Amino acid sequence: MTFAVVAEGLRKRYGDTWAVEGFDLAVPEGTVCGLLGPNGAGKTTVVRMLTTLLRPDGGCAAVAGHDVVRQAAQVRSRMGLVGQNAAVDEILSARQNLVMFGRLSHLGLARARSRAEELIERFDLAETGGKPVKQFSGGMRRRLDLAVSMILSPPVLFLDEPTAGLDPRGRNEVWEAVRALVATGCTALLTTQYLEEADQLADRISIMDTGKVIAEGTPGELKSALGGDRVEVVLHDAADLPAAAGLVERATGTEPSLDPDTRRVGAPVREKAAALAELARLLEAAGLAVEDIGVRRPTLDEVFLHLTGDARDPHKEVAA
Amino acid sequence: MTPGTAEVPYDPITRLRWAVADCWTMTLRILAHWARRPGQVAVGLLFPVMIVLMFGYLFGGGMAVPGGGDYREYLMPGMFAISMLFGIETTFTAVAADAAKGVTDRFRSMPVARSAVVAGRCVADMLNAALGLAVLILCGLAVGWRWHDGWGRSAAAIGLLLLLRLAFLWVGIHLGLVVGSPDAVVAVQILVWPVGFLSNAFVWTDTMPGWLAAVAEWNPLAATVTATRELFGNPTGGGSWIAGHATLMAVVWPLALIAVFFPLAVRRYARLDR
Repeated sequence: MTFAVVAEGLRKRYGDTWAVEGFDLAVPEGTVCGLLGPNGAGKTTVVRMLTTLLRPDGGCAAVAGHDVVRQAAQVRSRMGLVGQNAAVDEILSARQNLVMFGRLSHLGLARARSRAEELIERFDLAETGGKPVKQFSGGMRRRLDLAVSMILSPPVLFLDEPTAGLDPRGRNEVWEAVRALVATGCTALLTTQYLEEADQLADRISIMDTGKVIAEGTPGELKSALGGDRVEVVLHDAADLPAAAGLVERATGTEPSLDPDTRRVGAPVREKAAALAELARLLEAAGLAVEDIGVRRPTLDEVFLHLTGDARDPHKEVAA
Repeated sequence: MTPGTAEVPYDPITRLRWAVADCWTMTLRILAHWARRPGQVAVGLLFPVMIVLMFGYLFGGGMAVPGGGDYREYLMPGMFAISMLFGIETTFTAVAADAAKGVTDRFRSMPVARSAVVAGRCVADMLNAALGLAVLILCGLAVGWRWHDGWGRSAAAIGLLLLLRLAFLWVGIHLGLVVGSPDAVVAVQILVWPVGFLSNAFVWTDTMPGWLAAVAEWNPLAATVTATRELFGNPTGGGSWIAGHATLMAVVWPLALIAVFFPLAVRRYARLDR
């Protein structure tokens, strides 16, 4: 198997603290790797090192077969970067941006112009006309960002939180565009705080916390690692949570977890049908108002919380 | 479909051609900014004109030129140099905004010649300075200022002014890269105004207390002001050593600033990856 992105023992220090400490990664060609972690986990620092913007303090990394420090120039002509690290020009229009970046990619003026037209068509940017980027919606802007990074059709694409700050519609637009790119055979490394995004787009996921990878696998593998199926109850009234928790424990024989915000009680189960039937009977007998009850596989959220410690709620990090 | 990868050239000739092409693209980018925001360009060009009118007509009545003469004849070379100083703000804001918004990082992540980002800024800002100077010269002619010693010496004066702008350009690039936030332009303005006023641009240093006059005369701006006054044949003043060697110092000061800030800016740019 050939790897499009390889990192071994990558390290970066800011002052006295190691932002990244011993980061390892291997992304096979033609796949999407999701790099998942809370704010401050070191995801952006990793992307900056892999895209030659930041010099590592230790370890080594290669992108498209070229060392990111010693062959930085070769790396730059083989990768695209999208997201918080690389902006487009806000004063210029979509077309002006694409032509400028095309010329800076040494396509020559005529080729840069025709490439700009192709990309405007492909990323559905014609409606933006001559408007400056400053007036674009979040989704349009990110589509232009993607288009710019695709000028040279690079074999490797880095997407650093490509949907951060977008509304659901913008997020869907970007997801569609990313899926279309990956379908052309490009390798992508995607960082995100949104577990759903990694679940949607990535073939394999590396979960990162405090500067290193703490778990790695396909979304399915990571979910199974947490212990298979769970039974879950959503209550009508949060005041019933403690009572319901007692019943869930009786039905499953394991200690349940509570989420007051969503009025949810859940616990891992082995005999799912029996446990579910037993729990339904107990709830009915106790007269608790239930909004939803069911058996399901754990979400990546749970995998994430399990691995990074419950104190670190990714949703709270996102809101902060 | 595939546009073909732009392979990084190894031979020095092609590399140089790439660097020149990239520098030109960067310059075109800034020219396109002007075309898209003519209002902002106009404000930048007309602000010094407003100061000329303010000093020339509002305060000018209270100024007596030593040896008799028109205050506006005295003022204009001062204003030319001051407008070169104002250029620091333009350069600083543009460089800091690109750094803050991630545009600089986008360039750095692409196969762009490393020198082009800064070199394009340099070319565009010098064009802007030349344009600003042309507007200010027309304004001077309109308010009664003239050059008296021929085209040659006038061209030399303009050369000295642009040299000063080139020096301030590197100060602006360095500060912009170090600070990396366009909001800090307020701090730069606070720095620029005292430097502008604490010189001989508007008033005679003879009217200042001795120590202040010395500071004003050793201000890098003052040498260029005195030298251009001499070259244009406008009223000048001051009998100190530095005033007597104004033309020499008008070359020495900018070169000294460039000698300090050019390497600092280049080093700062090269170390953005630290």
